[in-house]
Amino acid sequence: MNTTVISKPHRLRRVFVWQLPVRVYHWLNALCILVLIATGFYIGNPLAILSGKEASDLYIMGTVRFIHFVAAYIFFFNFAFRIYWGFVGNKYAGWKNFIPTNRQFFKDMWAVIKTDIFMTKGSELHTIGHNRVAGFIYFLTFIAFGIQCLTGFGLYSATSDWWFPNLFAWVPAVVGGDFMLRQIHHWTMWFFILFTVVHVYLVFYHDYVEGRGEISSMGGGWKFIEEEIFETDKAKEEKKK
Amino acid sequence: MIIETSTKRKTYYEELSEKGYSRRDFMKFCTMIAAYMGLQSSGVAQVAEALKTKPRLPVIWMHFQECTCCSESFIRSSHPIVADIILDKLSLDYTETLMAAAGHQAEEAMHKTMKEHYGEYVLCVEGSVPLGADGVYCMIGGKSSLDILHEVAEGAKAIICWGSCASNGCVQAAKPNPTTATPIHKIIKNKPIIKVPGCPPIGEVMAGTIVHILTFGTLPALDSIGRPKAFYSKRVHDSCYRRPYYDAGLYVESFDDENAKRGYCLYKVGCKGPSTYNACGVMRWNNGVSFPIQSGHGCFGCSEESFWDNGPLYQRLPNIAGFGIEATADTVGKVALGVTAAGIAAHAVVTNLRKGKMINNLISEGKESEQQLKED
Repeated sequence: MNTTVISKPHRLRRVFVWQLPVRVYHWLNALCILVLIATGFYIGNPLAILSGKEASDLYIMGTVRFIHFVAAYIFFFNFAFRIYWGFVGNKYAGWKNFIPTNRQFFKDMWAVIKTDIFMTKGSELHTIGHNRVAGFIYFLTFIAFGIQCLTGFGLYSATSDWWFPNLFAWVPAVVGGDFMLRQIHHWTMWFFILFTVVHVYLVFYHDYVEGRGEISSMGGGWKFIEEEIFETDKAKEEKKK
Repeated sequence: MIIETSTKRKTYYEELSEKGYSRRDFMKFCTMIAAYMGLQSSGVAQVAEALKTKPRLPVIWMHFQECTCCSESFIRSSHPIVADIILDKLSLDYTETLMAAAGHQAEEAMHKTMKEHYGEYVLCVEGSVPLGADGVYCMIGGKSSLDILHEVAEGAKAIICWGSCASNGCVQAAKPNPTTATPIHKIIKNKPIIKVPGCPPIGEVMAGTIVHILTFGTLPALDSIGRPKAFYSKRVHDSCYRRPYYDAGLYVESFDDENAKRGYCLYKVGCKGPSTYNACGVMRWNNGVSFPIQSGHGCFGCSEESFWDNGPLYQRLPNIAGFGIEATADTVGKVALGVTAAGIAAHAVVTNLRKGKMINNLISEGKESEQQLKED
């Protein structure tokens, strides 16, 4: 093709973005969510089993619920760890990537929306970690995580004697009982499904459009950034100081 | 504590012996009710002692917006003494359904109790109070139920809300709640309130609650929404005899199928047992004969807040208003998923159109490097 367009090939700079704990968190979280959704669907609407066996020979719902609860515990503590890491991790893991603290955050979000959704030209921002929209959406997912933990353990607390789930025993009364809790738990699950679909698509989109190793970054932790952008960013940082 | 000024009042035991119950009958009752209340075996003696030494507990029993099913349930509890003790001997100084007096005499009896036992009587309320249109939807003796409630609650030691009406408004408070039917705890804020919800509550649960107050002089331990823990700390699901079918994954698919005949779990036909806290599975109803699930019908969650508005009785997920008939969270979710997928497809197409040049540059850059490698 028209190779003449390119004056010189881009030299890429390797940047270590996602630390190991962030990557472990990410994949453990993804696995838990998949397991929780699959088992959750079964618990909400179990399949009709055509079996001649006696109830004493079967424990299908029991097993599925057990898996759901185990995954829920892992999910919770993994999430709790990620919150902790938001305070001690590197600058791409910090909580300020997710929670807007200034007007610039929203301005940058708007620029990302213009570039990636409305596809206008000239408003491109180069971010190495999360772009502002992604960060903010992750903040919303953290809220959804919180809702699922509260509603899930709230439902679970009555069946457990352990002090930990019983920390959530107050939740049913707040929303008016287990009925409502169950519904909220079910509705919020759909947020995760929609999030996952869009998230996976956008990772592919960024990798495809920018060629900076978006997909593989969650494997090795590296992203690649053009030398020129790196230099201008570095200059900006130094100016700030 | 019952104040000693009421020496004229006989103790429960005295009244029961007069009525011809033997001591054995009396002890049987004490044992049974102690077991229902979840007391340890030494609790039996405490109950017996209380019923032997303490004078009758003065009770005013009000009926507002309700159907009297709570009273009906009460008089059908398993031990005859339950009905006797509560209805004849509990000193129901005023209760519209069961008192002999009527009109002015009844009003007088109520006021007498209110005055004589000020601060020591227990107010039992059956029914909700309509606040709409200045309370005209429920008037007794020319006064609105709201005025009556305020008047009677004033001198009450505690309030027991019988049934779902008094505890959460029940059917008359279901949307759109035309009379603004309101449960008692939203009106009376300065008195200890025990909620004994259910439509109706189980007779033994009602008796157990009263005997607890009588025996210990305190309110029973309550859960987070004010129900006695002794009876409402477990889900119907947890004590259901069909639970093994639930765990096994064997469910009734429709009420007329083979699985229904086999007595499988009613989860998929909308049983609300998994989110309903009550003692039905253990105590059962009408002298322990049966309870809804045993009769082949799912629990419909009558002891939970606003159960009439918690979705259809025969499906697990409620319909969501505004999304058409029978659109559950899953229907809405699937449509949202479809819309998202369509949006993504459109976005992918537009990306290639608008950012084609950028993408092609990346591709050619990559290809160029590939070529160079080949040449090496």
